[in-house]
Amino acid sequence: MGVKQLGIVGQSVKRRDGIGHVTGQTQYVDDVFYTGMLWLKMVRSPISRGIIHGIDTSKAEAFPGVVTVVTAKDVPNNWYTILCLIGVEPNDEPVLAHEEVMYFGEPICAIVAETEAIAAEAAGLVKLDIEELPPVLDMEFAISPDAPAIKKWGNNTFMYDGYNHRKLRFGDFEKAIQQADHVIEGDYSLSPIEHAPIETHCCVVKPEPDGRLTVHSNTQALYFTMDNTAIILQVPSQRLHMIGGTVGGGFGGKVDVITEPITCIAAMKTGRPVKWRWTREEEMRKSSTRAGVKMHYTDGVMKDGRIIARKVRSLEDSGAYHRHSPYGVQKHMANLPGPYTIPNVWVDAYCVYTNRQPSSAMRGFGVTEATFAVECQMERIARTIGMDSWEIRLINAYRNGQMRPVRKVVEDATLIETIQAAAELIGYELPAHLKAMSSDDYAGNGGHHG
Amino acid sequence: MESITVTFKLNGKTTAVAIEPLESLRTVLREHLHLHATKAGCGQGGCGSCTVLVNGEPVLSCLMLAALADGQEITTLEGIGTPQHMHPLQAAFFDRFAAQCGYCSPGMIMAAKALLDKNPHPNRAEIAEALAGNLCRCTGYVTILDAIEDVVTQMQEA
Repeated sequence: MGVKQLGIVGQSVKRRDGIGHVTGQTQYVDDVFYTGMLWLKMVRSPISRGIIHGIDTSKAEAFPGVVTVVTAKDVPNNWYTILCLIGVEPNDEPVLAHEEVMYFGEPICAIVAETEAIAAEAAGLVKLDIEELPPVLDMEFAISPDAPAIKKWGNNTFMYDGYNHRKLRFGDFEKAIQQADHVIEGDYSLSPIEHAPIETHCCVVKPEPDGRLTVHSNTQALYFTMDNTAIILQVPSQRLHMIGGTVGGGFGGKVDVITEPITCIAAMKTGRPVKWRWTREEEMRKSSTRAGVKMHYTDGVMKDGRIIARKVRSLEDSGAYHRHSPYGVQKHMANLPGPYTIPNVWVDAYCVYTNRQPSSAMRGFGVTEATFAVECQMERIARTIGMDSWEIRLINAYRNGQMRPVRKVVEDATLIETIQAAAELIGYELPAHLKAMSSDDYAGNGGHHG
Repeated sequence: MESITVTFKLNGKTTAVAIEPLESLRTVLREHLHLHATKAGCGQGGCGSCTVLVNGEPVLSCLMLAALADGQEITTLEGIGTPQHMHPLQAAFFDRFAAQCGYCSPGMIMAAKALLDKNPHPNRAEIAEALAGNLCRCTGYVTILDAIEDVVTQMQEA
């Protein structure tokens, strides 16, 4: 089919919201102001791990201009229930901490006041009695027998079907690695990455006379936020009139349903509109990040370039709570072998809990980290056995009809064609035998079978 | 603290406003005068999204006390163009897809305006230097520089 027949494909289309953006007419959440609007500031944990013995809000409540203080007692269902609907359980993160704190910056109670400055000042008057415990900050330590269990279920990993890691087994790795001409190992790691949107988290909630709440949110996932907020508030979702759609940068950092429930509770408790906007410091140090990851690859490679065995052990740092990481590790596990046909695969992927700020969604989370490691490892293999970087990938690239380690038959492969097109675009002349390869050429990768 | 009144010329109109003595110009623009184009990204002079012009100079309005604006001439993004009559920089940012999420765009456009008002023929390096204090997080720098270069070319041809 020609591009012309596809209509809009191939044409440049102006952004619908572009003129609003360049003239300053687009309304972001922080541009919403209501008469009589109150301001919310969060009191956060000053340490990484500890037991809460007391939260004394009396001085803050007595401070002129403070209207109320929201604590765990005010939260109808004090659990973030982010992924409970897809089996990420048990719920592990309170909306507001009341028994223990698990990371530096964890929300404890919210000050609601006539001005933002008063709320910030009164937040400093809350007296916290927290018994400090040694934090678990290193993933290898966290999964060692010496580490204290920071999770109530008795260890420091998410449990996948009874195992402390997500397993992927395909073929017979142990046997295949014995038959390989080369055993090539590589370690790869990524630091946590902050999304750093220019617009910080912000939520404005206005209680309406009919009992509904108008919720202005810069979430990236409005319906998801509505469902989770309704579960936390224990109200039918029809009581929440969600207004969103304009996000000043998200990148996955604004899907955690972090601001809306508490702002709603503050509005319900006071009967007045409330705004909670995060400072830059909160955005950088307290919001979730991309997870830090450590991956170790052990590959069995033949002299002709075929990878016949691949074993990966990966640790992904979820920080103090689940958020989206158990799901991210699931995707991570599936992508750690890479888009290559390898008949014998062994993956152990751990979702590890530590006392650092929670990690969560960010642009292809789980997958991006795996791709980084896989492609570094492919380079390492190419250099170790003295093969061209293009050839090592084209030989091993998956073909249509082949079985992937996750037990899905490849149906829509375009990897070979994409690599060939990339070579053409940069003016690199592939040798004839690589140019002749195609995703439908089953025997093209040296007789690899599914 | 007692309120004080400051008077300045804002987007061409003489404006008097009662403020708290320690309020920033950004807060006064956004929260007293309801001009929301000027954005709040960091509140500490790090991101440039609150850039406005004071007597033609680019200024981070989060770091300037509003009291110091008394008697000065302030220009915000609202003062240079409207959706019906866009400033050439606004039109170029729109045409070049130089605004993705849009949050840094007001500051970017005001910083660019300050440059072009002084130096109508900057090269790409000079444009980049003038925008060095403005952060974009949606990978927009190339299109932003392209947009401003378009305006420079238009002015040369005009």
